[in-house]
Amino acid sequence: MDLILEPWPWYVAGPMIALVMFLLIFMGRKFGMSSNLETMCAVCGAGKKSEYFSFDWRANRWNLVVILGAAIGGFAGAHLLSTGEAVAIAPETVEKLNALGFESAGKAYLPEDLFSTSALSDPFALAILMIGGLLIGFGARYAAGCTSGHAISGLSNLQLPSLIAVIGFFIGGLVMVHLLFPMIF
Amino acid sequence: MRTLAYLFIGIFFGVVMYKSEAASWFRIYEMFHFDSFHMYGIIGSALFLGVVGVQLIKRRKMKTFFGEPIKIAPKERGFKNYLFGGVIFGLGWALAGACPGPIYTLIGAGYVSILIVLAGALLGAFLYGLLRKKLPH
Repeated sequence: MDLILEPWPWYVAGPMIALVMFLLIFMGRKFGMSSNLETMCAVCGAGKKSEYFSFDWRANRWNLVVILGAAIGGFAGAHLLSTGEAVAIAPETVEKLNALGFESAGKAYLPEDLFSTSALSDPFALAILMIGGLLIGFGARYAAGCTSGHAISGLSNLQLPSLIAVIGFFIGGLVMVHLLFPMIF
Repeated sequence: MRTLAYLFIGIFFGVVMYKSEAASWFRIYEMFHFDSFHMYGIIGSALFLGVVGVQLIKRRKMKTFFGEPIKIAPKERGFKNYLFGGVIFGLGWALAGACPGPIYTLIGAGYVSILIVLAGALLGAFLYGLLRKKLPH
C-alpha cells in the first residue's frame, strides 16, 4: 500500500501511459487530449463563428468522458492515494526556483505563488495562468496535437509531423524557462 | 457500457498523471532544465512500448475489442503548422506547467486556479479556429 501512496516512479508511469494509449486504440479510438478543447468550443456553439468548429461534437463524446475520468482520477490520486503533496524535484531545481522567488519549490505539488487560492486575487498570477492557457490552447490546435497526440501517439507511429511538433514543444519550453522566466519572475 | 469503459480509462489516466507528478508544474520546469531523468523516463518508456506495440498492431493486423480492423491514421503532411504551433504550445506548457490532459487531473485534485488555464486554453483554441485561414500551414 505504501508503494501506491508514494509518488510513482517513471518506469511505472511510462508503461501505464502506453497502456492508456493501447486501450483507446483497441476501443477503436486514439490517445489525444487537446482535441477536447475543440470539441468543447463546438459544444458552446463556436461553429457559428468558424467552420473549423462546425462538426458533430457528439462523435467526440467519448473523449469528453475520458477527461471527466481524468478529473475523477485526479481527485482520487490527490485525496485517496497520496499522503503528502510535496514533489521531490532535484535540489538544483529547488535552488533555481528559490532564486526566482518560488518559495514552495520542493514543498508543494504546484507553486503556491501561482496556484494557491489566495493567488486568485493576484492580477499577476491570473495573467500568467490566462496567458499560459491561451498559448496551450492556440498552440495545441495549430500543431494539431499536444503531448499525448504527438509525443506519445504520433511518435509511437513514427510520424515525422509529430517529431517536428515535439521539437517545437521543446524549443518553446526552453525559451520560456531559460530566456523569459528571468524577465517574468 | 462503452461509456463506462472510457470513464475507467480516463480515471486510470488521471491517477497516473497525478501520481507520476507529470501534472506538477515543478516537474515540467525541472524537465526543461534537464535536472532530472523523471519526465524523460516517463515519456521515453511510454514511447518505447508505444513504438513496439503500434508495429505489432500493424504487422499482425490486429482488431479492436469489437472485431473491427484497427486503423491508425497517419498525421497530415505539413511543417510550419507543426513547428509554429509546437513552439507556441511549448511556451504555454512551460508557463502554466500543465498540458491538456493534466489540466483536468488538477481540476479534480482541487486546484481552482487551473480553471483559469482551462478558460485560456478554450479561448486559445477558439482564436485558432477564427484565425486559421490567415496562419501559415
